[in-house]
Amino acid sequence: MINRNPQLDEQGALQHLLTTEGLPASILLQILDTAESFVGVTERDVKKVPLLRGKSIFNLFFEPSTRTRTTFEIAAKRLSADVINLNIAVSAQSKGETLLDTVNNLSAMNADMFVVRHSQSGAAHLIAKHVRSDIHVINAGDGSHAHPTQALLDMFTIRRYKQDFRKLRVAIIGDILHSRVARSQIHALTTLGVPEVRVIAPKTLLPRMVERLGVHVYHDMTQGLKDIDVLMMLRLQSERMKGANLPSQEEYFKYYGLTPEKLLLAHHDAIVMHPGPMNRGVEIDSAVADGKQSVILPQVTFGIAVRMAVMSILAGQSVARSAE
Amino acid sequence: MKIHIKNGRLIDPKNDVDAIQDIFIAKGKIAAIGSPPGEFEANRVIDAQSLIVCPGLVDLSVRLREPGFEYKATLESEMAAAVAGGITSIACPPDTDPPLDEPGLVEMLKHRAKSLNQAHVYPIGALTQGLQGERLTEMAELNDAGCVVFGQPDGLLPNLRVLMQAMRYASTFGFSVWLYPQELGLTGDGVAHDGEVATRLGLPTIPVCAETIAISNIILLAWETGVQVHLCRVSSAEGLAMIRSARQQGLPLTCDVSINHLHLSDMDIGFFDTNCHLMPPLRGFSDRDALRSGLLNGTIDAICSDHAPVDEDAKLLPFGQSDIGATGVELLLPLALKWGMEMRLPLNRVLAKITTDPARILKIDAGHLSVDSAADICIFDPDNYWKVTAAAIHSQGKNTPFIGMELPGSVQYTLVNGQVVYQR
Repeated sequence: MINRNPQLDEQGALQHLLTTEGLPASILLQILDTAESFVGVTERDVKKVPLLRGKSIFNLFFEPSTRTRTTFEIAAKRLSADVINLNIAVSAQSKGETLLDTVNNLSAMNADMFVVRHSQSGAAHLIAKHVRSDIHVINAGDGSHAHPTQALLDMFTIRRYKQDFRKLRVAIIGDILHSRVARSQIHALTTLGVPEVRVIAPKTLLPRMVERLGVHVYHDMTQGLKDIDVLMMLRLQSERMKGANLPSQEEYFKYYGLTPEKLLLAHHDAIVMHPGPMNRGVEIDSAVADGKQSVILPQVTFGIAVRMAVMSILAGQSVARSAE
Repeated sequence: MKIHIKNGRLIDPKNDVDAIQDIFIAKGKIAAIGSPPGEFEANRVIDAQSLIVCPGLVDLSVRLREPGFEYKATLESEMAAAVAGGITSIACPPDTDPPLDEPGLVEMLKHRAKSLNQAHVYPIGALTQGLQGERLTEMAELNDAGCVVFGQPDGLLPNLRVLMQAMRYASTFGFSVWLYPQELGLTGDGVAHDGEVATRLGLPTIPVCAETIAISNIILLAWETGVQVHLCRVSSAEGLAMIRSARQQGLPLTCDVSINHLHLSDMDIGFFDTNCHLMPPLRGFSDRDALRSGLLNGTIDAICSDHAPVDEDAKLLPFGQSDIGATGVELLLPLALKWGMEMRLPLNRVLAKITTDPARILKIDAGHLSVDSAADICIFDPDNYWKVTAAAIHSQGKNTPFIGMELPGSVQYTLVNGQVVYQR
């Protein structure tokens, strides 16, 4: 039995942001458009707006992360919210408290929003299902399932550089199997009308029936990069580099690492993206990462604006609700 | 106690009976069918007008959670749930804590179960000590203590040589061996079928070959050792095809399917519904359809509830961390009936799959209504739909993928050895 999309309310508006899957293009575009207005804010001297004044946002990181947590924290602070960072990987859970107990305790502290990262797929859905209806949940990465704000900032970046999604060929390259980023990117790209999304990886790093997500599968960079406008590299976790997934870092780099030579196979003005942190010399050559086609640093900047947009849309909705 | 069950529609698949007939019970046995035996004066008359009277159900996989897991469920709660589901004979897997690998433990379980005076309990003895897959158990002694068959429910034995010897030893005494076909090396940390749903949800997967490789090994070892093998809870179309072909070649192999796999596929996981965290994993639509027709054409011998009550809190976790299992004894009859209705089968064919066929596999004299046999009887209303809710379920485990659904068939009375042990 498939229920209503759990991240939308009865009116079809965004209640939580858990995944890009199943979200209509109108909501994705609303987030991107709202983010445009925040890019200006982040470039000002006084980088604050009072939209979320008095709101409490809890960063619940059940899995270590510096970068994502920091960007959420900056985004919340620029919206004037109070931010509480909890590094739960080393606190309550290690004392045996369950995920929902932790969440219920924090809800009792009058939280307005949870930003959740967890090593298990589905953790954010679970929390969203059990929190009070006035609390919003943002998934900041759950297992191999979803990382919607990363995908949205990628979409924002693509739109900035390439304008029309409907004319693009996009390739996602690397460890698709374990990547929550790739899954969220695929759903966002196909929803926004990108006509051709390719995944390029050895068979050990591709999930079964991945083509059902609407992508074309390639195992060879030479064929896969032909006529590509956007290259989305994925981070290869170091623990995947040995053992049964891949024989060695060197062999991976030789066949799937993005070098200036391989980049020449793509469209001449293709852009190169990476969600970070990068493994230079493993999935990407420094000459590409720092080259003129790289938009990796702008991605980070836009990430703050996109997260501000998501938070303000979710919070704005509860303002509208309490006014009802 | 003499009981007269009147006006009911008697369905006894083994004796090929389907007719309105009265049944007369005395001294715990069926004294007569049709007309009363001489000088029969009933102490109690049960009017089964518009109800179906059938043999008490036989369930091949019920985890009673004792000893060792009383926080999940107790013998009392689950035995009561079983008779509320019309089940009068249950086979319980040995994966208790400690496992059922010593005669003393088996005797204790039998004794505890008997004192509750409900369904008959048939413990499945552990095939190896501690289920560790290294040393054989005292199968003959365990048999004396009450184990009728021997099994290894946690997956295939790690060492094929030990498995071969265990099968050979069991065949010495004519015991059958029940195995859950799963190659653990391929299962790994997987929690869902290796298909589109797991790909979407980013869940670690269990490929179909984890089952088929195990089935292949077991089939070859069954030929080698000559032991009677029963495969528990087959989940894939490919696995079923291998079983069919082995049987066509003459191997006396039997198998069962769980109520969950008969009706559900991985699509039912939806947005991480932990009630669908089951083992084997729910597989694709085509697998489910193959299981449904395999049951129809006889490749699959029986339906089991795969009753595995879990603690409520253990399902309120991310999918991959949640406990495996679902409550099932009270859903065995309704879900068998649902399958039968969807396949347009006569009731006697449906009921055979949960009475006489599983009894044959368990090698017990049960699952039929013959004169002079134990009066183990289920009386149910086939037309009464009921909603599966936590309150409606007697089992201590309240988790099932079918929660909230309306299902046909409500049990009105259950009799064991001629005593009414459940009345709605």
